[in-house]
Amino acid sequence: MAEQEPHDRLYVLDRTDLQQLFDALRTRGYTVIAPQIENNVIIYGAVDRVEELPIGWTDVQAGGSYRLARRGDDALFGYTVGPHSWKRFLSPPLRMLWRARKTADGFEFIDDSSLPPRYALIGVRACELAAIQRLDEIYTRGAVIDDDYQARRGATFIVAVNCGKAGNTCFCASLDTGPSVGPGYDLALTELLEGEHRFVVAVGSERGAEVLAELPHRAASEGEIELAEAVVAQAASQMGRALETAGLQELLYRNVEHPHWDAVAERCLTCGNCTLVCPTCFCFTIEDTTDLTGQIAERWRRTDSCFSTAFSFISSGSIRTSAKARYRQWLTHKLAGWQDQFGSIGCVGCGRCITWCPVGIDLTAEVAALRAEDVGQPSAEPILEMT
Amino acid sequence: MMQTPLRKLQRPSTPVYGSSACKPYRCRVTRRVQENDDTFTVELTPVSARQHGAFNPGQFNMLYIFGLGEIPISISGDPADPDRLVHTTRAVGAVTRRMATLHEGDVIGVRGPFGTHWPLEELKGKDIVIVAGGIGLAPLRPALYQLVANRGDYERVVLLYGARTPEDMLYRAELERWRARFDLEVYVTVDRATGDWHGNVGLVTALIPRAPFEPRNAAALLCGPEVMMRYAVQALQKRGVGAAQTWLSLERNMKCGMAMCGHCQFGPHIVCRDGPVFRMDRIQRFFGRWEV
Repeated sequence: MAEQEPHDRLYVLDRTDLQQLFDALRTRGYTVIAPQIENNVIIYGAVDRVEELPIGWTDVQAGGSYRLARRGDDALFGYTVGPHSWKRFLSPPLRMLWRARKTADGFEFIDDSSLPPRYALIGVRACELAAIQRLDEIYTRGAVIDDDYQARRGATFIVAVNCGKAGNTCFCASLDTGPSVGPGYDLALTELLEGEHRFVVAVGSERGAEVLAELPHRAASEGEIELAEAVVAQAASQMGRALETAGLQELLYRNVEHPHWDAVAERCLTCGNCTLVCPTCFCFTIEDTTDLTGQIAERWRRTDSCFSTAFSFISSGSIRTSAKARYRQWLTHKLAGWQDQFGSIGCVGCGRCITWCPVGIDLTAEVAALRAEDVGQPSAEPILEMT
Repeated sequence: MMQTPLRKLQRPSTPVYGSSACKPYRCRVTRRVQENDDTFTVELTPVSARQHGAFNPGQFNMLYIFGLGEIPISISGDPADPDRLVHTTRAVGAVTRRMATLHEGDVIGVRGPFGTHWPLEELKGKDIVIVAGGIGLAPLRPALYQLVANRGDYERVVLLYGARTPEDMLYRAELERWRARFDLEVYVTVDRATGDWHGNVGLVTALIPRAPFEPRNAAALLCGPEVMMRYAVQALQKRGVGAAQTWLSLERNMKCGMAMCGHCQFGPHIVCRDGPVFRMDRIQRFFGRWEV
């Protein structure tokens, strides 16, 4: 765990004192967001008390399947990731960009400026922290900065958690995004269940250190550090899947007309679930509306999915009408185009798209199928082919 | 005519924020011209003197109708006259149908300009071959204005324009004026001859084999339906105009113009930022691929 952190910065927080972390964050004006059970899945929402967490529960995931199960202990973080991801708090699925009032010479904007919400995110996994960093790249390092995202992000306190188990659909290890939490957190916890229930805590920021200073804590012993390392090692050994990344970008570009895309399209329902649960899918659409009087106009930004035909609609119709083209777009952008555009692979290996696909389409298997029969570019002169 | 230097397109030193970049500025409609059955041109002037519409040929704006919606439309006016923003579009969707009913004095919103431009500054001393299909002439017209204004900087300037019928042709009076000039070669063709049409009949790509230009010293600028551009690229290649001498303008769905919303993805490219004008060799791998 937290291999970059020197040992003298590892501490221990007792399970019985965890509520004080929540309280300290709330006192500092944060809304504490943490995993909790709703409708038989673990989602992220506001909590006041530690007891609201899915204590003693775990999840059993597979392609197209998600079930909760009892663990037989009192672990607070004994599961992996559910259908929610933190992007809903940093880049809300629906938000108003501006309002304007009709005037004699057109329109004028109404000042709606407000302070960003302050969220403390509890239980951010390694893959999810990597996903947040993907969003940072897109929204804050381009020519235009999404200042709403930037403000929310700056006001967010991150309590990461190292995974103690990996699920059947997990493959962060192959993407080097987990299971050990990387940089970017304020505090990182590793839950120790052997012996006294406690957490090994790593400090990743000044803010993190300030909050920890308010809590009862002590330096971690060598034995506790070893236990914490064993927790993550166990998760690393349980990865249900792997994505081979060598030459991935070229593989996808080269196989744009691979027959396997047809095989995927026979199963893909183009429902867009994968894009909704994906912690890095960032596409949005713009919606303009007016009130009933027609005097006040609003511009909204809404999460969008490349699986809809409207997504690629131009004057002559949709560019991508077939399921094959839409799945190919999603996967190729995520794994190849993303590297050109943002300098990394857009996938963090959380496995949500596999679990929440109603027919269990597995991107790791689709990539493996392309690799198994790498047909390459069918023609060096694509322009000579007419459809 | 005065030379019109291209605006420097550099990454701004001060950050641009999405919260302001998503707000249109107001423009007043100063003129509306019906070009054909479903195509019209609106001329706009910024309401506030602090705003200006300076752009480079080939760039586009997002045009906003209060409360109804916003769409990307290429700029088709003269870059030397940036206070007169000209857009030609077809009434095909909710926003453009509403735009078709605009009157002089109405106010709409504008964001932009966005995207890459026809690289005319790099093409001095070359034969310029412009191939336009249908409304594809609109984003090429600013290039023509600029070529005419700086005519001495270029060798031959050839315009090949194809429309469905003579009635569908855009900018007819202007085409006539350009055709009358001795320093422009203008060839027009229609898919279907109607009325008293005496000119060429057939696809615009059929004009390429006999158009008067020196292939080795030519640069081709293309805009039209993708299928037309594919054939045009092919015909140009047959004459020896390679992909590195060919630029084309792509149409994709666009919502934000800030390379953020993801709608205009095209392989590794984000069309609102890396396009709409691309050099053919840079997109060859994906251009013409089915539904990319």
